[in-house]
Amino acid sequence: METEKKETPLIELNEIYKIYQMGDQEVKANDGISLTINKGEFVAIVGKSGSGKSTLMNIIGALDVPTKGTYYLGGQDVSDMSDDELAGIRNKMIGFIFQQYNLLSKLSLLENVELPLLYAGVGSKERRERAMASLEKVGLKEKYKNRPNQLSGGQQQRVSIARALAGEPSLILADEPTGALDSKTSREVLDFLKQLNAEGNTIVMITHDSTIAMEARRVVRIHDGKINFDGDVKDYAAIL
Amino acid sequence: MLQSFKMALRSIWGNKMRSFLTMLGIIIGVASVIILVSVVNAYMSTVVESFASMGVNQMSVRLTNTPTRSVSDDEMYEFYEENRDKFAQMSPQVTVSTVVKHGSDSLSSTSVGGYSEEYLDLKGYELEAGRNIQYSDITSRQKVCVAGYFVANELYGGPEKALGETLKIGGYAFKIVGVVKRQDEDDLEEGGSDDFVWIPYSVAVKMSRNADINQYVFATEKVEETERCKALLEEFFLETFKNDSLYRITANSEMVDSLNEQIAMMSAMLGGIAGISLLVAGVGVMNIMLVSVTERTREIGIRKSLGARRKVIMEQFVIEAAVTSSIGGIMGILLGAAATRLVGAAMGITANPTLGAVIISFSVSVGIGLLFGYMPASRAARLNPIDALRSE
Repeated sequence: METEKKETPLIELNEIYKIYQMGDQEVKANDGISLTINKGEFVAIVGKSGSGKSTLMNIIGALDVPTKGTYYLGGQDVSDMSDDELAGIRNKMIGFIFQQYNLLSKLSLLENVELPLLYAGVGSKERRERAMASLEKVGLKEKYKNRPNQLSGGQQQRVSIARALAGEPSLILADEPTGALDSKTSREVLDFLKQLNAEGNTIVMITHDSTIAMEARRVVRIHDGKINFDGDVKDYAAIL
Repeated sequence: MLQSFKMALRSIWGNKMRSFLTMLGIIIGVASVIILVSVVNAYMSTVVESFASMGVNQMSVRLTNTPTRSVSDDEMYEFYEENRDKFAQMSPQVTVSTVVKHGSDSLSSTSVGGYSEEYLDLKGYELEAGRNIQYSDITSRQKVCVAGYFVANELYGGPEKALGETLKIGGYAFKIVGVVKRQDEDDLEEGGSDDFVWIPYSVAVKMSRNADINQYVFATEKVEETERCKALLEEFFLETFKNDSLYRITANSEMVDSLNEQIAMMSAMLGGIAGISLLVAGVGVMNIMLVSVTERTREIGIRKSLGARRKVIMEQFVIEAAVTSSIGGIMGILLGAAATRLVGAAMGITANPTLGAVIISFSVSVGIGLLFGYMPASRAARLNPIDALRSE
């Protein structure tokens, strides 16, 4: 008998498989992953390289579809959407923060932050206002005319956070957000993510580093394509 | 769409070097085709003109009028008027065999002939002094004449001195009203190309005591149409004479035939060269477009991850290709037009860019730019965003 839930979970993965054909061999990057994440959570997905965490991130980020299994994001079945439908989902529901920032070097900071709004069809005046507000939030409002390569790594990552926030997504998906930063700026970025979470944003952070994972409130550990730990960060600290 | 356009412009401006390289291929392609085609065309037309001045567009007609079947000068003029679009000039030719005299000096080698007022243009000559024979001279049978440079020089000591003087032809006194410019720069001698006197043909007919005119000279409007004009004349005469031995048309058309052969050969060669330069330009554009899309796979990945649909990506790249190629094309036209004038001036001919060359070279290179912008863009738009993001 199923109990009535108060709220639909934001992310609901059921028996997700992602299978690659490598020559004659089948590689199960994700081997039956089931995971539920609710609104307002701050979850770290941790695993070594090759564990399947990146594949999982791609599926959660609607960058890829699973071979088998279902994925509901905000109540919508994303598991077998077309390329363009996935683009729409990414645009409206997900804000990406990448390890390499992935800013367009030929565009100004403002134009970079405006991009998701542009693709969402927001008018130019509103786009500019929202993008500026977003830049202000990460403290880079004054530099809106600059090009990304005129900024430090930490600043660039803040621009990419501003870009992720601009579209007011339901989920912020951070892929090794501190991977290219020194420890001081890493600290700043992590504190910023925590603050965003405190303001009610749902954050999923992918990392290979357990110390970084400790910054989240819930930790999911992937090993060989399967979840081998899912629990509160305190319990995770205990098994380390 | 407007957004894609703006984005394309930004991207062209943001990648000045790459955009310029793409344009360079098109600029060179378009300009070289325009220069080649226009200069060679201009050269060909000067060749044709110089052939025309040699008389290739002329044909002479000799008739044998019989008591029952004949063509009068009025009928000949009627035919000429009906076909004014084909023929540039026409003149009867009445040869007068006699000696020309001035005082005690005489010349026996001078060719004297009766012609119409159009004969000067027909020969392509110009006047050194005085005026030409006029239509009114012909109708009122005025005893006036136009003398060749040799005659004026030999009998009067110069063209200006000859004007208004009297020349005796076959016992009649003719007033010299005009002198033709010297034709032969090297020799001025008896029987040469400057040793002639023209008189109104109506006067010449009377002098020769011959009621009918049996020789005419025609000049066609276009050298290439000589054959058709000859056919027109033949048709006209056959209708009247019913016998093709009673007339003879001699066209200087062997020269025209060989000229036409040359034009055809040059055009074929030109087409080949122009085609190759456009192809080379196209390959250049294709290369840059392919490289640029490959190089920008990561950008495409970022855009896709942020929610850009395939169509938006495609639009951006195709518009970029279209704008780049068009700007390149326009610059190529400007460069080509300027260079055509310069090369023409250097060769001493008037060369103007040919409209056909401009249109074809522009549309072909812009077409190539679009096609090779579209192909890699369509591949890129289909890329999986993860793979695209992973590319460096």
